[in-house]
Amino acid sequence: MKVSHVGRSAAVLAIGALALTACGSDNATGNGGGGDKKESSGVSGTLTGIGASSQQAAMTAWQNGFQSSNSGATIQYSPDGSGAGRKAFLAGGANFAGSDAYLSEKELPEAKKQCGDAGAMDLPVYVSPISVAFNLPGVESLNLDAPTIAKIFKGEIKKWNAEEIKKQNPDAKLPDTAVTVVHRSDDSGTTENFTEYLSKAAPKDWTDEPDQAWPSKYAAENNKGTSGVVSTTSGTEGAVTYADSSAVGDLGTAAIKVGENYVKHSPEAAAKAVEVSKQVEGRGEHDMAIDIARDTQEADAYPLVLISYHVVCSQYDSKETADLVKAFETYVVSEDGQKAAADSSGSAPLSQSLRDKAKAAVDSISAKG
Amino acid sequence: MSTSTTNPGLSPVRQSKLTRGQRPKWLIPVVGLVAVVAGAALAALIGFSVALWALFAAVIFLIAGPVAVGLIEGSRAGADSLMTFLVYAAFLLAVIPLISVIWTVLANGVPGLTSNMLLTSMNGITGFQDNKADAPGDVMGGAYHAIVGTVSITFWATLMSVPVGLLTAIYLVEYSQGGWLGKAITFFVDVMTGIPSIVAGLFAAALFGMIFGPSTRTGFVAAVALTVLMIPTVVKNTEEMLRIVPNELREASYALGVRKWRTIIKVVIPTAISGIASGVTLAIARVIGETAPLLVTAGFATAINWNTFSGWMTTLPTFIFYQIMNPTSPTNPDASLQRAWAAALILIIIVMLLNLVARLVAKAFAPKTAGR
Amino acid sequence: MSTTVSTRKPGTESSAAGRAGDSIFSGLSLAAGILIFAVLAAVALFLLLQAAPTFGAAPADVTGGKGFFTYIWPLIVGTLIASVIALLIATPIGILVALYISHYAPAKISNPVGYVIDLLAAIPSVIYGAWGATVLAPALVPLFTWLSEHAGFIPFFSGPASQTGKTMFTAGVVLAIMILPIITSMSREIFTQTPKLHEEAALALGATRWEMIRMSVLPFARPGIISSIMLALGRALGETMAVALVLSSGPMIASLLKSGNQTIAAEIALNFPEAYGLRLSELIAAGLVLFLITLVVNMIARAIIARYKEFSGAN
Repeated sequence: MKVSHVGRSAAVLAIGALALTACGSDNATGNGGGGDKKESSGVSGTLTGIGASSQQAAMTAWQNGFQSSNSGATIQYSPDGSGAGRKAFLAGGANFAGSDAYLSEKELPEAKKQCGDAGAMDLPVYVSPISVAFNLPGVESLNLDAPTIAKIFKGEIKKWNAEEIKKQNPDAKLPDTAVTVVHRSDDSGTTENFTEYLSKAAPKDWTDEPDQAWPSKYAAENNKGTSGVVSTTSGTEGAVTYADSSAVGDLGTAAIKVGENYVKHSPEAAAKAVEVSKQVEGRGEHDMAIDIARDTQEADAYPLVLISYHVVCSQYDSKETADLVKAFETYVVSEDGQKAAADSSGSAPLSQSLRDKAKAAVDSISAKG
Repeated sequence: MSTSTTNPGLSPVRQSKLTRGQRPKWLIPVVGLVAVVAGAALAALIGFSVALWALFAAVIFLIAGPVAVGLIEGSRAGADSLMTFLVYAAFLLAVIPLISVIWTVLANGVPGLTSNMLLTSMNGITGFQDNKADAPGDVMGGAYHAIVGTVSITFWATLMSVPVGLLTAIYLVEYSQGGWLGKAITFFVDVMTGIPSIVAGLFAAALFGMIFGPSTRTGFVAAVALTVLMIPTVVKNTEEMLRIVPNELREASYALGVRKWRTIIKVVIPTAISGIASGVTLAIARVIGETAPLLVTAGFATAINWNTFSGWMTTLPTFIFYQIMNPTSPTNPDASLQRAWAAALILIIIVMLLNLVARLVAKAFAPKTAGR
Repeated sequence: MSTTVSTRKPGTESSAAGRAGDSIFSGLSLAAGILIFAVLAAVALFLLLQAAPTFGAAPADVTGGKGFFTYIWPLIVGTLIASVIALLIATPIGILVALYISHYAPAKISNPVGYVIDLLAAIPSVIYGAWGATVLAPALVPLFTWLSEHAGFIPFFSGPASQTGKTMFTAGVVLAIMILPIITSMSREIFTQTPKLHEEAALALGATRWEMIRMSVLPFARPGIISSIMLALGRALGETMAVALVLSSGPMIASLLKSGNQTIAAEIALNFPEAYGLRLSELIAAGLVLFLITLVVNMIARAIIARYKEFSGAN
């Protein structure tokens, strides 16, 4: 090997690398930045959130929307997972947590240690329908009731042209393909919401407790993350999975039976289901933990939804942080904020009444006097 | 395969006793041809496929070639040619998946390697922009912030682990004299190689959490986690390279009255420098692609941050991980996938540069050797 | 082997300064060794403290409901299976490739090839995982099907084979490809350091190339090869992302062609983000177990190396 030759090319590469390093830019969207920013609410500082990866895409939209109108503020969010987020929040490592589940009874007293006697509250900020998605060429939609879905995912229905499916879909061309169930290999809020739906809407067929982990006795093909199960399903004919509706792409999806009708997943139907659900009793005045009515009979409601919360303190130590949290969460639950999230991530915007309630909750946030 | 037809050290020039019983030059190509034909026939019997054909042809060749050579030249030559063929076969076998991996990265990464990708961060990019992008060139946002993060975190990790690792290896080889401390350190370094990377991350996070408050995340916390992972690789590699420096060199140096520490610096290390440099590069390569410990230590940033000691950072592997796992736009993940593959390509290029630098360093310091 | 040594004439250097240099240098290297001790002790302490609640917990509270041992046992087995497959494939190929680079290939080829192999160690495991799941797994499906049909009587190959290819076997192959560069790159360095005189002496006595390698190169390199295998094993045991992406995990089964089994590292990585309370300490306890496995494996390796110590240069 000739040293001089190698040396020369190395030098060229090194200079190139240096040049690259010198002129990077944060202005990725190419529309100026800086100049047209308004100093509207006058809040500044850095807000740290840790939590669920499900709301990551929506969070990017909120960060941008908020920071573009509040140039002094920075929102940082690390999608480590709901459990990690709540843990960091309770330990004081994050100003707010993103979580697919509201704080448990056990965690509420812990929150008082961190937030003072007023404790913490859960704000529903992100609602997304979960789809039962399948890969059957030529079949775009199937009508399925909850017991059938439970049997499919338990492995009791082995062929797509089984009697149970045929009965509900007289018109569909069902192939004689084997059913391959694909589920999440990691613990996830999506799995918990899906199994909770099955156990409430088909209590006879799905006897397992809802859990973040897929029950090991029904173990089948699995993959990590929403994108993982979707790609495995897309690559395997006859596969069926459950995933955030926004991520299922070209796969066929099931319309689930609610009351006497079959409802397809849609943002509106998901919002409707949240609307008719009750709040969990016996928590703080402004805590908005929601117990989703999985067995609702309401027409046009799609009860297979995931609600992701922002867990925030009712009281913060410093006025600066309290103001920043208030300003940010006000934006998140506003019509603009919900629309930005929907445009970016395909989520279901909160209904007017929920937004008003959430706004009232956000307004109650204060600084320790 | 011309290298395998003559034994090094023997020159087949004269027609004499020495050259009697030599295989004819055409033997190996003919055996190869027969193997290919027979392989095709056998594969056709079972159900033809190219992979099966290649497999049968290779097996037949690996058996028939050495047997033929062995019959003509004797069993020792047969064994020699068997090993030669095996070495070549192993090389080809190893190259196939490696080429496949590189090809996958290149094919998916090159279209995304735009000036956007290299020069901008992900600041301000949401699913909204991704949904609008139709062609690969339209995708906005890039990995600049992740390149910055990777370079600075890896730099600090290297700065911490290489001196410690080198000195430890020197202690083990030159000073410990087989004492209990040396044995204990060797043993614990071995154990350290088995720390799962995520545990190293958790450890660093807990350590800094204890000192600076919960969930302290900066580039430096990540650098500490990577240091824990890097040290054992550096020590083990350096130790191995120092051990094979012949004792004659050390003794010659002592005999000239040179002090031990100067002998180490001027004789032992330069002799082993090529191996040490390669080992350090390997160690860097090992940690530069780490994902799991970064997820719990460095946070998640979309904007450029040059300060390793404050604020969150993103590195290329975590950037890739999040772009694949949580696409910026769930409804249109193609844009994110494109960024992920391009980022993988950038990471490989960075390591390539590092590797080159390490080789130049090694060349500059290495003594001129007569041997290989 | 001749080496140019540039030192000043003996005596020009004051002996006091030289002595100070000696003690500073040895002190520094000792300090570095002790620092490693401290780091490791801190990591071990951290693991023990965080894992402690698991061992005190009621068996019913642990995942699976039958105590920690029942929970961890299949994971230990899975980890070992994956690593053994990886080592079985990567060790012979890695060493042969290293030999190719050091003794067989012409210099023009061997340099770039060595360079490329070094690079491969740097491809992030996420990429290997993605490649394994999208390219390798589907490519192996026909082989799995064939094996389960023709060799199904062996428990390892019992069918029906997975239709996605995301099995323990695939995970092992991906791990093998990931650790190949480690074995190759380190063995190659050692092979090239074999004293030229030994090699030439062997050839001069009429040895064939293979006999020369067997008699002079391999004995010289044996401890180094074992070290490189241990490093590779460490990586295989602790690899998280690649296994997490490639393997379709499940309960412990013997067949390598069906989805099932799980490794400790992947179990930690998959479940850590959503873990809290007891589950968290369970996962860290699993990390502790992995740590212990490495400890045992390394003790065995040390014992093997000790037997070949006489070949070391610095004896």
